[in-house]
Amino acid sequence: MKIKNNIAVSENGFVFNPASGESFTTNQVGLEMLNLMRKGTKKEAIIAAITEKFEADTGVIERDLNDFSEMLKQYHLHQHEES
Amino acid sequence: MKNPKPQLTIAVTGLNAIDSPGPGVAVIRALHEAESFDCRIIGLAYESLEPGIYMHDIVDKTYHIPYPSTGTEALLNRLKYIQEKEKIDVVIPNFDAELYSFIKLKSSLEQIGIRSFLPTMDQFEARQKINLPEFGKTYNIKVPKSKAIYTQNEINKLESDYGWPLVIKGKYYDAILAYTREQAVSAYHKISAKWGLPIIVQQFVHGTEYNVTGLGDGSGNTIAAVPMRKQYITDKGKAWGGISITDDKALALTRHFLEKTKWRGAFELELMKDKAGDYYLLEINPRIPAWIYLAVGVGQNIPEALTRLALGLPTEPFTTYEAGKMFVRYAWDMIVSLKEFEQISTTGEL
Repeated sequence: MKIKNNIAVSENGFVFNPASGESFTTNQVGLEMLNLMRKGTKKEAIIAAITEKFEADTGVIERDLNDFSEMLKQYHLHQHEES
Repeated sequence: MKNPKPQLTIAVTGLNAIDSPGPGVAVIRALHEAESFDCRIIGLAYESLEPGIYMHDIVDKTYHIPYPSTGTEALLNRLKYIQEKEKIDVVIPNFDAELYSFIKLKSSLEQIGIRSFLPTMDQFEARQKINLPEFGKTYNIKVPKSKAIYTQNEINKLESDYGWPLVIKGKYYDAILAYTREQAVSAYHKISAKWGLPIIVQQFVHGTEYNVTGLGDGSGNTIAAVPMRKQYITDKGKAWGGISITDDKALALTRHFLEKTKWRGAFELELMKDKAGDYYLLEINPRIPAWIYLAVGVGQNIPEALTRLALGLPTEPFTTYEAGKMFVRYAWDMIVSLKEFEQISTTGEL
């Protein structure tokens, strides 16, 4: 999933959508996921990177990433997929 | 040698920096930060307890002026008296209720040297809440369904047309959200007792509220436009905190509004963005809003540009502003001597 280009993300995990004025905070894992998504990293590669960095279970990270992606969609922070 | 900045005398109303604040104090702060002129500020106040009267560091002198209900003749006479003493160059009225008088007196005030930059009477009337459905149709702008009513019985029909909740609005001020018929009837009586009839019943649009302030040059051009999302809202629905945003749709709608109406002067658009991302125009305030200092803070000094337009000076449109800047309002207790209160109360000048 791609994140909108204009979304600002600070190193502390503060996320600002300049189009809507909404702001959010995310934890370290969410921040890592967001930054990888912004770089256009594929889902599998994100799971692998997070699993390695946080020494977590792959299944747990995959579930967390799915949940997190849904949340980003809900808050309109994602780019619409082009057909 | 660099030319010194011109010195202007500018009269400003709306000094009531209270919980539902008038824009005057924010406008004055903006004028003092103008790059193209220096200014002396004359406050025009209706009540002796308007806080701006006592802010001597930003307001040089204040005069009482008569309430709009006393008629334009009384206002003109008072302004003639003030003009003899102060030599005002530009007046910036900031209340909806006084705009009718100032628009009507435009030529008379120009004859005594006081310039303004206000909407035309037609523009002022077309955007009245009562005329909003027609306005939307004429200019192809989405507005919520609404109807002006003169009896409470008319609410019964509208509840089936609009659904609940309903927004019950006064002709000039006040709006109450009603979830039941009892609440709607109570709001009808409460607002009509204060502001008279008609009462406007508006369909409630679910969504997020955005505001845009800006300035039109009267020829269809956008001189300034800054959108803002309210972040902290008082129980009166006023923004106590807000953030500048970059919303292309809101800006496009603003440019469309200015181009089609050839709006002259400052304004505030109250917009509601529904879940589908469509914007509805809820209200057009034909004046500078109280949060105008945010626009100054992000790079568009609208009061300065308005003053320049009033004086017929060349005024370049603003093309950029900084998104993601916030304003947070605060209340400040000033200590005022009884002598000052006595003076403004008895002589009408301070």
